[in-house]
Amino acid sequence: MKTASGPDSLLILVPAFNEEGAVGHVVREIRQVLPGAPILVVDDCSLDSTLMVARQAGAEVLSLPHHLGLGGAVQAGYKLAYELGYQYVIRVDGDGQHDPAALPRILEALRTSGCEMVIGSRFLEGGTYPTGLVRSLGIRFFRLVLHPILGQPVRDPTSGFVGVNRQALEVFSRSFPLEYPEIETLVVLQRRAFRFLEVPCRMRPRLAGRSSITTLKSIYYILHVLLGVFVNVLKYERRRRKRP
Amino acid sequence: MNGLLNFMTGLGLALIILVLASVRRAHIRVEYSVSWLGAAFALLVLSRFRWLLEKVAAALGIGDPPVALLLLVGCVFLLVLYRVSLVVSELKDNNIALAQRLAILEYHFRARHEETQGSN
Repeated sequence: MKTASGPDSLLILVPAFNEEGAVGHVVREIRQVLPGAPILVVDDCSLDSTLMVARQAGAEVLSLPHHLGLGGAVQAGYKLAYELGYQYVIRVDGDGQHDPAALPRILEALRTSGCEMVIGSRFLEGGTYPTGLVRSLGIRFFRLVLHPILGQPVRDPTSGFVGVNRQALEVFSRSFPLEYPEIETLVVLQRRAFRFLEVPCRMRPRLAGRSSITTLKSIYYILHVLLGVFVNVLKYERRRRKRP
Repeated sequence: MNGLLNFMTGLGLALIILVLASVRRAHIRVEYSVSWLGAAFALLVLSRFRWLLEKVAAALGIGDPPVALLLLVGCVFLLVLYRVSLVVSELKDNNIALAQRLAILEYHFRARHEETQGSN
């Protein structure tokens, strides 16, 4: 992967941890949809052969020396993309849940809408997605919490199928929530007067392996993210008051 | 209550010995041993000098000096733990930034190496 060239340079970022069963398929699917786009798999120090499978599928691999978690892995990819000069980065999870067919739609929205972030939403245009009870309640809860903070509704606040432009990339390469980043990043962007847009996309069951999110973790997730949201809001309010 | 004060003295002494031994073996850095040593020393002094402990208890409005000592010990250790949490959080942030930087440098190094091999 070379330094980005052109005003429309795009990088596909695939964070992966122990995804040897899915990551190769994900990379090949992305290639079919966007043949020219470079793909960077961030291997979060997997214990299986994720790294080798990703390389064999034709992706570039950024290999972390130890496990950082989703936020740390995504931020590492954002940092590299920013250094290499990319204008747009779209994150596609390495477990195969994000259907790459939506990539052109997300890219087009990034290019034409002027929004700094575009979210692939599974709940737009009547879309549904089977989730557990706690997770489903969590999504509804965060829709309610985020609406007044963001000043606009967000249908799928926990979606990781996200595209960002260079302005957002610059912010995220400096500061990015390390655990459960999806919701907090919305608040971080909104507090900087950046805009976001949702476009419909399809999500599928993961191709291989098991999700690490249990009911107990879902409850922890809700509390953790809620705290993160309010810390970000308070941080911004303090800065706003300090300004003359 | 003398038994409790004696126990506190023992605890203070044990803590001082433990921390000094850890510093000597470089298991704790000197700057992080100071708060533990300060807490242990305060525990030792207050548990041995009853008149001082009574003054402190009176200032806090607590009738029973050993209970005041327990409360003080709890507060001091809470502060030390809070400081440890701050240090751990800062270390984690630094560690993540370093790991990301290392991965990016390795990536560039590998790319350069492949370029060089390709041109030969």
